Amino acid sequence: MLEVLEAGGLVTMQDAGRPGWRRYGMPFSGPMDAFAFRAANLLVGNPSSAAAVEIGGDVVLRALYDCVIAVTGAGIELSINSWDFPLWGSYFVRGGWQIRLARARFGMWAYLAAAGGFDGQLVLGSRSTYLRGRFGGLDGRPIQAGDRLTILQPRHDLLEVAARKVAEEARPAYSAAPAVGVILGPQSHRFHADDLAIFLSSPYHVNLASDRMGYRLDGARLANGSQSDITSEGMAMGSIQVPADGQPIVMMADCATTGGYAKIACVTSADLPLLAQCTPGRDQVRFRQVTLESAQVSYRMQMDRLKAGIIGAEDERWGG
Amino acid sequence: MDQKILPLSDSSALIHFGDEISLDVNRRVHALDARLRRAHPDGIVEAVPAYATLLVHYDPLALTFDEVAAWLKEAVEDAQEVSMRQPRHIEIPVRYGSEAGPDLGYVASFHHVTPAEIVRLHTGREYTVFMMGFTPGFPYMGILDEAIATPRLETPRTRVPAGSVGIAGTQTGIYPIDSPGGWRLIGYTSLPLFDLAASEPFLLAPGDTVRFIAEAIDA
Repeated sequence: MLEVLEAGGLVTMQDAGRPGWRRYGMPFSGPMDAFAFRAANLLVGNPSSAAAVEIGGDVVLRALYDCVIAVTGAGIELSINSWDFPLWGSYFVRGGWQIRLARARFGMWAYLAAAGGFDGQLVLGSRSTYLRGRFGGLDGRPIQAGDRLTILQPRHDLLEVAARKVAEEARPAYSAAPAVGVILGPQSHRFHADDLAIFLSSPYHVNLASDRMGYRLDGARLANGSQSDITSEGMAMGSIQVPADGQPIVMMADCATTGGYAKIACVTSADLPLLAQCTPGRDQVRFRQVTLESAQVSYRMQMDRLKAGIIGAEDERWGG
Repeated sequence: MDQKILPLSDSSALIHFGDEISLDVNRRVHALDARLRRAHPDGIVEAVPAYATLLVHYDPLALTFDEVAAWLKEAVEDAQEVSMRQPRHIEIPVRYGSEAGPDLGYVASFHHVTPAEIVRLHTGREYTVFMMGFTPGFPYMGILDEAIATPRLETPRTRVPAGSVGIAGTQTGIYPIDSPGGWRLIGYTSLPLFDLAASEPFLLAPGDTVRFIAEAIDA
């Protein structure tokens, strides 16, 4: 059990998402940075579906008994009992110790996993918090001071999964100005060739009015004339809609399941974490076109690198 | 009729049967959806039916787009031959007008008829749930009689109460949870559309048919 002493910003419980209900209009939810989320669970030996805490802010916790935690992603600095530790590692924490996750200069979302996974309200097969629906995780609300986060029974001996890390070369190349891969479609043909070229060459700032539902972008206006409306159809995380004002919106974890604006492109699974970690109001992205095949190959390679990149204490001496 | 299969993302394929909102096109969507729900390859996560498309989400670590597309092409043929889907029929009681349906008067004057005539036309047809979206459990239903088709509000309301029955163009829908909304509200149903505690949390599913029953008309 972890006791929450302080919590600021948007801190929610998320698991791998809520599949099977999008046909009813139920958003998928789950992590904004699925790579960092997966890495955190892998580090502590959890199945990839275990619930973790998504941190878009600051949190101070106290362990009520011995546990192993992992922290991945970006946007925070980790200290345990006032000692600083790098992200992308798993750590043994004694009962009574304090875990501090303080806002850092770069990045938006960090993931705190615990060996065993966190318990939370299970709704339609998922513990993911859906804030608008007010369910999942901790009664559908952000985690706040005074909450107690129950850790489920770990699958492994705690010492087996402590002091592990994700090799540097297996981590995403987060940046405050990333070049994010997209595949075009399915309505990219509605845009003029010049506008497609502008979309693929101009920087776009992430607007402050961005959240878990979508990242609004400010930049070169994309004219698709009177063709911005389409007959509503399904969409996915990463889908880039262009409404009549010509400013793109990237659908994120809590996005609606269907939409009625033309979609110029979709961010690749491999690069969604790069976009997710951009700070609204400050960072900017560029889009680069990739083929569907190369997007899927990149994603497979990224997942393979992650699995191969979990290094135990026995594999390498820490800090030499 | 031809369909196209396109990648929408690197983990989803869109089967596109057309652009128009019609019962014929939508039936093809639901036939394929029913076929997919009977059996599908491992690695297909779920499908989202819409007016004229079916979006199939899949795991790109398990399947490639070409594999999904090849399977879907066969399934489309299969689905048209053996459409065994039995749509469910649901009756929805509605209180029309007054506070429960603040736009009933506007809709009536827009069409130069009485509110009772609007209610008669709204309850006079069976509707199909073309698709669900917007918020959990929101059904997009149609097709309304042209005589009551009414454009959306120019400025959407910031809060529409759960249970509100609205119309927009030739569509009708019900707000399952409190949310913003731009549809013209003509009535209210106390039947919950979305109940997490129930064994079937959603009252309606895509492809169901619906008829509204007038419980009361408060002009």
